[in-house]
Amino acid sequence: MANFWNKIGRAAATSVAVLALGAAAHAADTIKIGSSLSMTGPASFLGDPEGKTLEMYVEEINANGGVNGKQLELVVYDDAADANSARTFATRLVEDDEVIAVVGGSTTGATMAMVPVFEDAGIPFISLAGAVVIIDPVKEYVFKTPHTDRMACEKIFEDMKKNDISKIGMISGTGGFGKSMRGQCMDVAGNYGIEILADETYGPKDADMTPQLTKIKGTHGIQAVVNPGFGQGPAIVTRNYRQLGIDVPLYQSHGVASKSFIDLAGEAAEGVRLPAAALLVAEKLPDDDPQKAVVTGYKTKYEETTGEPVSTFGGHAYDGLMILVEAMKRAGSEDPAAIRDEIEKTQGFIGTGGTVNMSAEDHLGLDLSAFKMLEIKDGDWTIVN
Amino acid sequence: MRKLMSNRLVVPAFLALLVVALAFVMPSNFYFRVAALVWISALAVIGLNLLMGFAGQVSLGHAGFFGLGAYSVAILPAQFGLHPVIALIAGAAGCALLAFVVGRPILRLKGHYLAVATLGFGILVSMVISNEAWLTGGPDGMPVSRLTLFGWRARGADTWYWITGGLMVVGALLAVNLVASPTGRALRALHDSEVAARVVGVDVARYKLIVFVISAIYASVAGSALALVNGFITPDAAGFLHSIQLVTMVVLGGMGSILGSVVGAAVLVVLPQVLTVFHEYEHLMLGFMMMAFMILLRSGIVPSLSTLIAGRRA
Repeated sequence: MANFWNKIGRAAATSVAVLALGAAAHAADTIKIGSSLSMTGPASFLGDPEGKTLEMYVEEINANGGVNGKQLELVVYDDAADANSARTFATRLVEDDEVIAVVGGSTTGATMAMVPVFEDAGIPFISLAGAVVIIDPVKEYVFKTPHTDRMACEKIFEDMKKNDISKIGMISGTGGFGKSMRGQCMDVAGNYGIEILADETYGPKDADMTPQLTKIKGTHGIQAVVNPGFGQGPAIVTRNYRQLGIDVPLYQSHGVASKSFIDLAGEAAEGVRLPAAALLVAEKLPDDDPQKAVVTGYKTKYEETTGEPVSTFGGHAYDGLMILVEAMKRAGSEDPAAIRDEIEKTQGFIGTGGTVNMSAEDHLGLDLSAFKMLEIKDGDWTIVN
Repeated sequence: MRKLMSNRLVVPAFLALLVVALAFVMPSNFYFRVAALVWISALAVIGLNLLMGFAGQVSLGHAGFFGLGAYSVAILPAQFGLHPVIALIAGAAGCALLAFVVGRPILRLKGHYLAVATLGFGILVSMVISNEAWLTGGPDGMPVSRLTLFGWRARGADTWYWITGGLMVVGALLAVNLVASPTGRALRALHDSEVAARVVGVDVARYKLIVFVISAIYASVAGSALALVNGFITPDAAGFLHSIQLVTMVVLGGMGSILGSVVGAAVLVVLPQVLTVFHEYEHLMLGFMMMAFMILLRSGIVPSLSTLIAGRRA
């Protein structure tokens, strides 16, 4: 019997030792920054370019002498878009790795699960996820870099106003992205004097949206149609739209701002308008655009290093890291609270997402100029304004 | 040895001792959190093990009950101002009722058919949670208000370590007692042969339903605990992958072993944390180690090891 308990005891001791191995030694001559990203799993299209971007630029910063004379050390975990494991990794970054700041959180769910950990610990956290709830209401230690879907709605409505459009129809995907943006558009439509006369939805896996579009076509007085959605749905909507011969303008969202949308929708995509980040049209920006140098620089470096086409998601990670590094330089110390204060004071930072001016009330700091209104002409993007 | 192991107090007492002893060697809050996650998973796995290991019925939808428990402590306090503890009990009662209603037709099915039916149930729950955004916050999840008991606010990983550890020990105690009771004997008879059990007068359908309801309650309470610990919940908790994870924990730790449930949960929660040192090869290593476990310890970690030890001593 004693023998048995000895064995159990030894097994327990071994497993504790294995656990302790996970904790890396704390070196004082490096600055540790942490990240938990969805590099695998359903949101890997976000986490993968983000992770590559962070590693690529930390390497570059270190090669150029690091920050405040110290080398950066990046600790990255893969939460596979699972909020529960994101939370565990957040605790690990704070308690075990003792990072001084975090750039990460690919999805809104993962970000929101991590927020209380960093708020309690007083560690600045720059999120890479979309939803507006991350920074509204403002949380002391939480910032984010990607523009919100509310801003995409506002950009679209602004363009409509310019073209004297006031009565519109909406057809939205019921996936997370489409649902959230639909709600935001409904919310801000009034501010632009826009009236939503038809409100249709489709499932993420639907293969034909003709019935919904027929209904919109039959609604009297509609001057334009907005389609918040992600993936293949908007491409099908665009094709059906042309098949039904609807002749009012079609607005898509930034969710389809990738070359594959034009490929999927084909000729039907002609004339479609959508708001998108400058990164997508890096080469087409006028030379006097302040973002030109940043976005072409990032695009070239990313595509050369990884051999993959650039995505706006990686750009969010670039912005987050650079905002943090500049704040650390200004703070001149490794005190998380001092770095937090400096992040909040970020002014005129030009990133891939736009010009960032943060304040105590605004932990995003982007305005509508972050979006460019694009129109698809001859199978390519053109900048409208 | 065998006599000692068969005493119904040994396993819960050992687990209680383990919870107390581990608390003294934890270097930081991160370890307390990982341990709390182990206790929570273990609780759900003990319940599922009663169903799988003792009654021999497979459920691929247990994360559904887990998710319902989690969302009940998120939704009921937020919408109706209920106290989280009442919400937890209400969630467990709701899951028991649901398991009772759903279980009656489902448990008439056998083998693969039963697995597919429970799978369907789990997916249904997770779809409802993802789609009813007005109530559940949709795919982005929703916040859970903090637990306060008599003015004392439960926060911090070490506090939750004790609460979840306590829940797990109580869960193990109840399970061990159930197994040792006449109901437990009927369940094991059912596992070995349904026909034989029926011949000796066991009401097969009734016992299957009882254990299905009990395991649903375990999953629901575990889900509520996770939601309260995290203060935030997303639909992943109710997802298909989580169901599979729970089943894997049962099989890995050992079917029909309460201690095995805890070991299975511990391995699958702790391993991913240890394996992060392998970076991109993390998932490869996890798969490799699980294959190794299943090939070398065929009837699960605890039963295989105890046979091994018993064999050496004999």
